[in-house]
Amino acid sequence: MFQGLRSIIARDLRLSMRRRGDVLNHLVFFVIVVTLFPLGVGPEPNLMHTMAPGIVWVAALLAAMLSLQRLFASDHADGTLEQMLISAHPLGLIVIGKIIAHWFMSGLPLTLLAPVLGVQFDLPQQALWVLALSLLIGTPVLSLIGAVGAALTLGVRGGGVLLALLVLPLYVPVLIFGAGGVAAVSNGMGAGPHLSLLGAFLALSCVVAPWAACAALRVAYD
Amino acid sequence: MTLEVKDLACERGDVRLFSGVSFALGEGELLLVQGPNGSGKTSLLRLVAGLSRPVAGEIRWAGEDVRELRESYARDLLFIGHANAMKDEFTAEENLAVAREMAGRSSSREERAAALERIGLAHRAKLPSRYLSQGQKRRVALARLCLAADTPLWILDEHFAALDARALETVVALVDEHLARGGMAILTTHQEVAITTRLRHVVALG
Repeated sequence: MFQGLRSIIARDLRLSMRRRGDVLNHLVFFVIVVTLFPLGVGPEPNLMHTMAPGIVWVAALLAAMLSLQRLFASDHADGTLEQMLISAHPLGLIVIGKIIAHWFMSGLPLTLLAPVLGVQFDLPQQALWVLALSLLIGTPVLSLIGAVGAALTLGVRGGGVLLALLVLPLYVPVLIFGAGGVAAVSNGMGAGPHLSLLGAFLALSCVVAPWAACAALRVAYD
Repeated sequence: MTLEVKDLACERGDVRLFSGVSFALGEGELLLVQGPNGSGKTSLLRLVAGLSRPVAGEIRWAGEDVRELRESYARDLLFIGHANAMKDEFTAEENLAVAREMAGRSSSREERAAALERIGLAHRAKLPSRYLSQGQKRRVALARLCLAADTPLWILDEHFAALDARALETVVALVDEHLARGGMAILTTHQEVAITTRLRHVVALG
């Protein structure tokens, strides 16, 4: 069974490496959005401190969403997804593999980049750690919930807008507790409660999201 | 092993495409699905492959409902639909390897090279598939047949589309060999296929 999981992750990662442009697109988007804010708002240190967690988290969230459509759309277009539905591996396993591969190519690079970008907002070192940690817990949730949205909007015309409408409301709690944790630390409080709640969201979406995405895929092909 | 289909019905939108389709397919037998465009050939094949749910009727593989068998049925099944199910970024050889992994079976590099050789693409094996022509892409999809001697049930939808005469001959020979070793095949076709087996059934739709 793990053989199947490993081969689907390897396949998706190899595919992403062949389409490096797609992966770089949303990372560049993330960097640009975060960099534009200080330029637009003005270099007021206190203002920057207050806004930094929110800006970085919102940008990460939008960047993760940009990459969602790739998750199933190209496999749908060339018929590979059809073969996955009648694969000898359970569909749930394939979906989980695809979500993991997606996170490696979107969530993980965002997490690694974020502390570097946090430096330009002059965030204290501890807040930078919490920022990275909150993204490390939060971005898998974005990929998991996003997979459900991507599966539901499969083959729908104007699916991109619909996907945003479906997924963004569900991203709100992740945004609030992710950014809230970083803000708490820069104000000298602990980030424990925020991070625990993020962890709870991760556990919940790990259970529900792959199952829901599978059901949505089966409906799309029925 | 047998495939039994009883009283199968299919609806697309509100239109009933067909109903009461029944057939049984034993080892070494071929089923041809015939009918004009829009008569439900592809829909029937997708039902049998387990991609969609029938409105009525049942499909049994070795006596058990395929809805319950799920992955163990999928392991015995090779389905090639209209889409070639291959990635433009991968080479022909990589596409074959991935297709075999998805089917839960392994294949060696030599076997894949031999398959591409047989289908007439040995000289294009290392080229990303986006540089291949439509017919060559179709050949890569059909090269899976060369590796699928271990898969009893083949379902091919419009397998001859975009193929030239020589490639078509190879595919017909592959299906022939498959039937001779006790496999089963379901094909859609508008034209007569020169497959020699005597054990053939025909389902005419529309």
